[in-house]
Amino acid sequence: MTAVTNGVNVQALLDAREVLKGAPEAAQFTWRASASWQSGVHSQIKVESFFGLGEEQNHQAESVFEADHPAIFAATDNGITPIEYLLVGLASCLTAGVASVAENRGIQLRSVESKLEGAHDIRGILGADSDVRNGFNDIKVTFTIDADASKQEIEALVAQSQKRSAVFDALSNPTNITVEVA
Amino acid sequence: MLERGEVANSWRNERWDSLRLLTPNFQSRLPGLRYEGQDPDGYMTMGEVADFIEAFAKVSGAPVRTGVTVTSVRSAGGGFMITHSGGEIHSRTVVIASGACNLPSVPPLSEAVPAGVVQLTPLRYRGPAQVPDGGVLVVGGSATGVQLAAELRQSGRPVTLSVGEHVRLPRTYRGRDVLWWMDASGVWDQRHDEVEDLERARRLPSPQLAGTPGRATLGLNELTSMGVELVGRLAAVRDGRALFSGGLRNVISLSDLKMERLLGTFDEWATADGCAAEVGPPERFEPTRVPERSRLQLDLASGEIRTIVWATGFRPDYSWLGVPVVDAKGQLQHEGGAVTGSPGLYALGLPVLRRRKSTFICGIEDDAREVTGELARHLASSG
Repeated sequence: MTAVTNGVNVQALLDAREVLKGAPEAAQFTWRASASWQSGVHSQIKVESFFGLGEEQNHQAESVFEADHPAIFAATDNGITPIEYLLVGLASCLTAGVASVAENRGIQLRSVESKLEGAHDIRGILGADSDVRNGFNDIKVTFTIDADASKQEIEALVAQSQKRSAVFDALSNPTNITVEVA
Repeated sequence: MLERGEVANSWRNERWDSLRLLTPNFQSRLPGLRYEGQDPDGYMTMGEVADFIEAFAKVSGAPVRTGVTVTSVRSAGGGFMITHSGGEIHSRTVVIASGACNLPSVPPLSEAVPAGVVQLTPLRYRGPAQVPDGGVLVVGGSATGVQLAAELRQSGRPVTLSVGEHVRLPRTYRGRDVLWWMDASGVWDQRHDEVEDLERARRLPSPQLAGTPGRATLGLNELTSMGVELVGRLAAVRDGRALFSGGLRNVISLSDLKMERLLGTFDEWATADGCAAEVGPPERFEPTRVPERSRLQLDLASGEIRTIVWATGFRPDYSWLGVPVVDAKGQLQHEGGAVTGSPGLYALGLPVLRRRKSTFICGIEDDAREVTGELARHLASSG
């Protein structure tokens, strides 16, 4: 096997897996975001700190996201809609997975492109039909991957990346959510 | 040799009526005893398995004491004190051969199932007659799950099968039983210290196989054709509703890809071994048909589902084992059958104990020779 360079430090991930097997408390992470209403349906969300490996952690810099709705929703379109952020999360999670699995399997990637489509019947959120759900009805992800690998190996990369994806799991399985007023 | 019931007890008393062995008759071989009937490609009924093991007890002259239940094994005086229903035995060594399938492994979410729904485990299930009329939710897509889903569907009941990660296999490949391939190609001989991810190999669900007189494949496509509805992995029961994963398509892709890879290794072996001419031409199977849109929830209080069958696997029962050698997940810690941290204590018949074939009838011989070899060396050195 020739050395591949997809830029993923797989050894660090494998080492972490071994260490955390015996230290489940260190594996408990809390991810955070804080949002602040701007005006109309526009809000601003900041992400900087998180908790993990037993202590407070920080990203190298704070990230700021604008969320709004497009003009056809009679909104100001200062940023993408909240449900589009789910596609952002899913795309980035699966892509990271593809790169990691490829590195681990010794597959050199040249390009990994994906297109995501979420089918959404907005009668749900508008309360126009109580039989229609609020969220996506279906999400379709289409990968186009150029790599030193057979079609079957590429399909296996994509399948394994879904199997180990946090966002794929969060979207495809139910999650308990508590929303409180402080 | 202490047996709580009679010889072949679990085969006689803890299996459903229609079950047949997953391995074909020609693989039913133990030291000094092999199948010699007219149907080498067939699959034994549970009665036939019990007879076969009974015959082996005689052929081998094993000193079996039946009707003796072990209630505890403790370390004592450089060996072990075994307490059983008829008294106590002190022994320098003990081999645990009670298997990995003593208790049904039912997920905690079963506690949230509404009271009106009957819940069954494979250890209590005997046949469709015992199941109320009406819909059945079978949870689990291993050999047990697909067999019970098929049988219950054939009894006329609407059946929904909840499928998580599973192992797809055709019953026959290139004209031979797929388990012939596993054995002949050397896959089953792969040793515990050669398997890449041993923990995973030991957790692998049983492949989707059934032993039927017609040697038919029984996978998700066959179940779909019978009218069984496929849904994703059961993720939660909330407010009386079963919630299923939306990831069905991916668990199906994973198992289709793995099957293709396995068949590819069989083909490579057949070519290299020179037996390619003796078997049929390579085959490739239709991809598993995935429902365009699988249901994500099911109202368990609506009456649509009258019964849930938990085909969610089994776990060993070590509640009698008073030696601290069981991990937090209830599994015995051992190295190829030599129990970790307790010299003189051994195990046999656990998944991938020393080889991939460890839990098959034809797989016990090699394991037993090596483990008893270690045991004899232990006795000689600690004498």
